Amino acid sequence: MKKLIITFLFAAAVNLLYAQVERGNVLIKGGTVLTVTKGTLENTDVLVKDGKISQIAKGIAAPAGYKVIDATGMFVMPGIIDAHSHAGIDAINEATAPVTAEVFTGDAVNPFQIGLYRALAGGVTAIHAMHGSANAIGGECETLKLRYGVKDPELLKMEGAPRTIKFALGENPTRVHGSGNAIVPRTRMGVEFVIREAFSEGKAYMEKWDAYNKAKTQKGFRGAPPAYNKRLETMADILRGNIIIHCHSYRADEIYMLLNVCRDFGIKKLVFQHVNEGFKVAPELAEYGAMASVFSDWWAYKFEVYYSTAYNAAILAKNGVTTSINSDDGELMRHLYHEAAKTQKYGQLSDDEALAMITINPAKQLGVDSRIGSIEVGKEADIAIFKNHPLSIYTVPMVTLVDGVVRFDREKDADDQRIYVDPKQTIDVTLHTSTGHDHETCMQGAEYTFVRLFGLNQQEK
Amino acid sequence: MRKKLTILSALIFSALTFTYAQSPKGEKGTFALTGATIETVTRGIIQNGTVIISDGKITAVGANVSVPQGATVIDCKGKFIYPGMIDGGSILGLSEVGSDPRTQDYNEVGDVVPQMKALTAVNPNAVAIPVTRISGVTTTLVVPQGGLFPGTASLINLHGYTPDQMYAGFDALVMNFPTTGRRGFFDRRSDEDIKKAAEKSLGKINEVWEKAVQYHKLDSANKGKVTYYPELEAVLSVVRGERTLIIEVNASKDIQAAIKWAQEKKVKKVILSGVAEGWRVADEIAKSKIPVITGPVLSLPTREYDRYDRAYANAGLMKKAGVTVALQAGDRNMNYRNLPYHAGFAAAYGLGREEALKSVTIVPAQIFGVADKLGSIEVGKSATLFVCDGDPFETKTQVQHVFIEGWQMPMVSRQTELYDEFLNRSPGVKK
Repeated sequence: MKKLIITFLFAAAVNLLYAQVERGNVLIKGGTVLTVTKGTLENTDVLVKDGKISQIAKGIAAPAGYKVIDATGMFVMPGIIDAHSHAGIDAINEATAPVTAEVFTGDAVNPFQIGLYRALAGGVTAIHAMHGSANAIGGECETLKLRYGVKDPELLKMEGAPRTIKFALGENPTRVHGSGNAIVPRTRMGVEFVIREAFSEGKAYMEKWDAYNKAKTQKGFRGAPPAYNKRLETMADILRGNIIIHCHSYRADEIYMLLNVCRDFGIKKLVFQHVNEGFKVAPELAEYGAMASVFSDWWAYKFEVYYSTAYNAAILAKNGVTTSINSDDGELMRHLYHEAAKTQKYGQLSDDEALAMITINPAKQLGVDSRIGSIEVGKEADIAIFKNHPLSIYTVPMVTLVDGVVRFDREKDADDQRIYVDPKQTIDVTLHTSTGHDHETCMQGAEYTFVRLFGLNQQEK
Repeated sequence: MRKKLTILSALIFSALTFTYAQSPKGEKGTFALTGATIETVTRGIIQNGTVIISDGKITAVGANVSVPQGATVIDCKGKFIYPGMIDGGSILGLSEVGSDPRTQDYNEVGDVVPQMKALTAVNPNAVAIPVTRISGVTTTLVVPQGGLFPGTASLINLHGYTPDQMYAGFDALVMNFPTTGRRGFFDRRSDEDIKKAAEKSLGKINEVWEKAVQYHKLDSANKGKVTYYPELEAVLSVVRGERTLIIEVNASKDIQAAIKWAQEKKVKKVILSGVAEGWRVADEIAKSKIPVITGPVLSLPTREYDRYDRAYANAGLMKKAGVTVALQAGDRNMNYRNLPYHAGFAAAYGLGREEALKSVTIVPAQIFGVADKLGSIEVGKSATLFVCDGDPFETKTQVQHVFIEGWQMPMVSRQTELYDEFLNRSPGVKK
């Protein structure tokens, strides 16, 4: 009974949130519709009712009160989904222990970040706001919809999206904890151990609770419940199949290692992130059913990505691995359509295969493919409209809609995006150095590393 | 019979690919690239044209060109020929792995080390070199980094086994103009500290310059017999107007200050590099007649409140104001191969395709004083060019042949080799 009430209350809360989200009624007329999953439809209209796609056909008449967008000569595609981002959150790394499964990036959502708007201006409508890669097991992540303009962080969250968690292998956790704090892991051996240990503890915790929950239904049961532990609770939820693992990884050996660990613990929902050497173990990934979310062509910024190839996405896809292309970067995120097009240079993928890498495939990896990632009747109206084909270098994103609400319109874009002025600020230029070192934003928050690398924030002697 | 033939052709094919993979060396000779659409850049577009390459040079270009005897004929029907693209600033060959200082040779100790030469530290066998050149980027300016005077930059072609074999005939002294901007999200110095640091740095630059002027006077009076002073010797050629000074500068106020500085010091040959906020002061740059190498185009606006596409539009806005604009890819993850995409974005956001093409070919060649050798398809120029199956800025376009100074490049890099090995890995899951 108690369970029922909780479920009811939860559903009510979700409904309440759902009700608050603004949803549009729009007719997008005359564009070339790239559905991604059901082919390309020339000169076709898309009708959006209450934030959902209600009809796709030629010559739909606009119902009264509907906004009409003329997309004649333009391309209409599903909103782009970035399966690896750190935008929209003010905290990224809880770099205090090798396992921090108890934290959650959803607790640090900032709806005012200009980066969210810039992403919309690149046709992006949903992002996976991830914990960083400082820890072998980082925190839970949040899937956001780019409803830029809302002030309540809760309204930015994609209500009802499955839970996900960040794992990380290789140089980052070993550098932060092993080299930085002299604790395990310092090597890839240590990383495997840390993860196995966390799962083993999670399993014991889960069994204790299962035993207790079973016992307490018995008549006359007297006994105290096991101590609550958020970290272990999260580990147990992974084992129960309630959380999708998204694992930062580069080298083939460490990818293979995590496949084995997950197999031993019966975990099936597994997505590898970056996975630069995924191409070397593509058959193993395909056999396991693990997915991959990769950079289009980033390499050489650290040793574990020195043996990369821009053909990674194509090799993975051709071996049957569900693959997406992500950004992990506020700049790259703005032109994921161009990054997807690189799979045509490196591996000659078809238009639909290339577009799937930034739409339906990342949607699958976040477990939201029944709701977004393609233009189909019944799906949420997260839509990007482009001048020229989105895979062409000469394309320009023109209008981006989330839930049928226009969140970016190039024609109405302002030169000065200032929403607040700091009267004391005289130095307002932030120039990101063109001579970068380690370009992963994954390590943001593990700041002492930056101090060490750049020698910044220290008094000049 | 048919089966036998299939097996035979498969054998021949694998033998061919085997020998190909085994010799990733350049080939020199006489080549005839026939039947192509040739975008000469300086002399229009030639349909169904032929380019003859001999002894490292372009010896004939046109629609009615006869193929010399013994020439290797490459059928380019339906294909396009372009001059090799020139990147206006990189650390290619000076860095191997971004996070490993042991593989980085672009930033020497000291704020004032103009005597350091980038060319000397170029590794001709850097893995990124073939990765870059097989995308049609054949030439780059390698630039030392950090401090105020980090050293001398050199233009190199991306083929050769010693730095001298790669050298493409241009050097420039580099100066990083003191910046009043923040260096990134991690830069938490106070406004006052930033100002003070910039003033102090400019004082240091002026001091070096005044010393170099004195050194020039002494050296001229003593007919080159002054005491060994390597720092000033390096600056001397700029003071005398013999060598170009590249000023790396980005914030609008700094650009104005740099122009003023160069004019006050009467520096004869100057190039501005970076110039991220050039659009804010485009008219002033145009008035100064100082050429610009801008980029990366694919980057964020410099200020939080700026329009999202400022970096894309920067090159076009400067060009419109009358600035001479060349491009650089910037060094994001050793991806200088993406120079055509930077040009493509600049084209789409206001520069236009024709000007964008010039900004990665003839314009940098002119800025660097090597337009007699590089930057266009013309008789007598270095045969540094590439053949592709479409618009070179379009992402899906495949570059099929690359020639650098008449040498035909093998179209392989470690990245293509990994593709060949792992696309259909054998053994698969089961051994």
